[in-house]
Amino acid sequence: MAQTSESWGSRVGLILAMAGNAVGLGNFLRFPVQAVQNGGGAFIIPYLVSFLLMGIPLLWVEWAMGRFGGRFGDHSTPFILDNMTKKRFWKYFGVFGIFTNMGVMAYYTYIESWTLTYTLKSLKGDFLGVNLDQLDTFFNNYVDLGSGINFPVWAIIAFTFTLVINIYILSRGLSAGIEKVAKIAMPLLIGFGAFLAIMSWTTGSTGRCDDCSTFVGLNFLWEPDFSTLANPKIWLAAAGQIFFTLSVGMGTIHCYSSYLKQKDDIALNAMSAGWMNLFVEVVLGSAVVIPIAVGYLGLDWVVENAGFMMAFKTMPFLFDQWGSVMAIIAGVAWFGLLFFAGITSSLAMGTPWMGFVEDEFGWSKKRAALLLGAAIFVMGLPTILFFEKGVFDEYDYWTGTVSLVIFALAEVILFGWIFGMDKGWDEITAGADMRVPKIYRPIIKYVTPLFISIIFLTSMFKPLNGELSDWSTAYSSLIGGEGWPWANDSIINQIFHINTGVTWLQDGKFTDMFYVDMSRFFLLACFFGLVFMVKIASNIRKQKV
Amino acid sequence: MTTSAILMIVLTQGVVLAATIYFFAKVLKAPPKAEPDSYSENDDVPR
Repeated sequence: MAQTSESWGSRVGLILAMAGNAVGLGNFLRFPVQAVQNGGGAFIIPYLVSFLLMGIPLLWVEWAMGRFGGRFGDHSTPFILDNMTKKRFWKYFGVFGIFTNMGVMAYYTYIESWTLTYTLKSLKGDFLGVNLDQLDTFFNNYVDLGSGINFPVWAIIAFTFTLVINIYILSRGLSAGIEKVAKIAMPLLIGFGAFLAIMSWTTGSTGRCDDCSTFVGLNFLWEPDFSTLANPKIWLAAAGQIFFTLSVGMGTIHCYSSYLKQKDDIALNAMSAGWMNLFVEVVLGSAVVIPIAVGYLGLDWVVENAGFMMAFKTMPFLFDQWGSVMAIIAGVAWFGLLFFAGITSSLAMGTPWMGFVEDEFGWSKKRAALLLGAAIFVMGLPTILFFEKGVFDEYDYWTGTVSLVIFALAEVILFGWIFGMDKGWDEITAGADMRVPKIYRPIIKYVTPLFISIIFLTSMFKPLNGELSDWSTAYSSLIGGEGWPWANDSIINQIFHINTGVTWLQDGKFTDMFYVDMSRFFLLACFFGLVFMVKIASNIRKQKV
Repeated sequence: MTTSAILMIVLTQGVVLAATIYFFAKVLKAPPKAEPDSYSENDDVPR
């Protein structure tokens, strides 16, 4: 491997970049919706417990693994994992730490390009005076919905432009590129979020309907329903949210941390970046979408329509209620905030590939970035062209959800059981600027793997609806010879299409399932392409020895 | 808003805000390690 001259400029820069990696669109869009759907204020209890028992341990494990790998000149997970054990197959598990990022970056950059377009449109005042139907039509036209195969020219141009921005920044390296962006983007993001949160908290009752008040929205989000705490579905949703919000199981934290020296702290850095992400999610993220929407559209509307697309199809209408000047300011703040949240994450997703090809093949930053750009463009196109066919969601399911859990489970077992907790603990505490509580030693070894195993197994075998009672009903159904009633989003049903059967052709036309399955095979081919590159890299290393 | 909702907001957001400030302040206050460390911006700073 090549010895890199890369380094972080400053500790604060590293923490902001690491927090930027974690802070994403989900902090503002996924968290409040999850809270609404899972017991409101009571959701926060399993959420914080999951953060303490799974989030913090995984952060420490990944920071420690990264810094350990960096000692041997490795900056991507295949060879970071390879150095931790004598079993050679672990490096192929490490491929997840590159593949996941490229898969997510492919569709994430597309969403990022929407936020950029909407920022510019807000600035131009294009959303002034629009109603919800017009916003819906605008979005559908923008991504070319309704035409079967989507060919949204402007969206593709915006996607390419956004990708070029990412690639340019990545080609500048860590301190001159990623860190510089994080130092500008994170304070702006927090500032924009704080502005919108203050607007939300001070709006109160709008008089548009009986319960049209931001306080009703806040109350809805935060009023605890403690009876839901006994429902394992809520705990799983909370654990899942912690998983995704911290960007663990991706390989980006390993990569960022691998540029640190052994004597430098990781324990406190991890805590600072982790809590900063939680602040953006819990304090700012919870204050914007749901309360403002309830303030102008009422609780019933929000309960029925709460979801990711509210960011684009609803928020400009809500800001418009504040008058034209405030609508422009709030629109720029909102979509600018989402753009900064997106770009600080997508840049992080590019770094494992950059580290891998620079280390193993001696490529220059420019070459590595250009090839990444080409790969992401090719991987991203299907999510744009076949958006309506479900390809976008398919990418999100496999690369943005399932792969994370598989990799996190593998790495925490490797760290606690194969690398060993004695060495692992020394890695976490070396150079620490804080006292790491000893209770985390057994937590990392036993509790965290168990936690992730439960998430993985329940996602794999999830029965219809997924409530506690549905598990016993499903078990009775299986014993009674009627088979297991699979939930549509269970991993097993997703793989084998048990509930629907496999139909690729209908009336002489390809079905949506055909496009979805083809995109799945394409992702598999990408994964094995990376496995092949790791194999070549491994052979090159052997020849050098 | 109900009392329990206000209590929940104040407690949760208070804990999260306090922890965020505490850990970030601890980072800012931590003395830098001896050179060569991991960060390039302080390379020319005399100790």
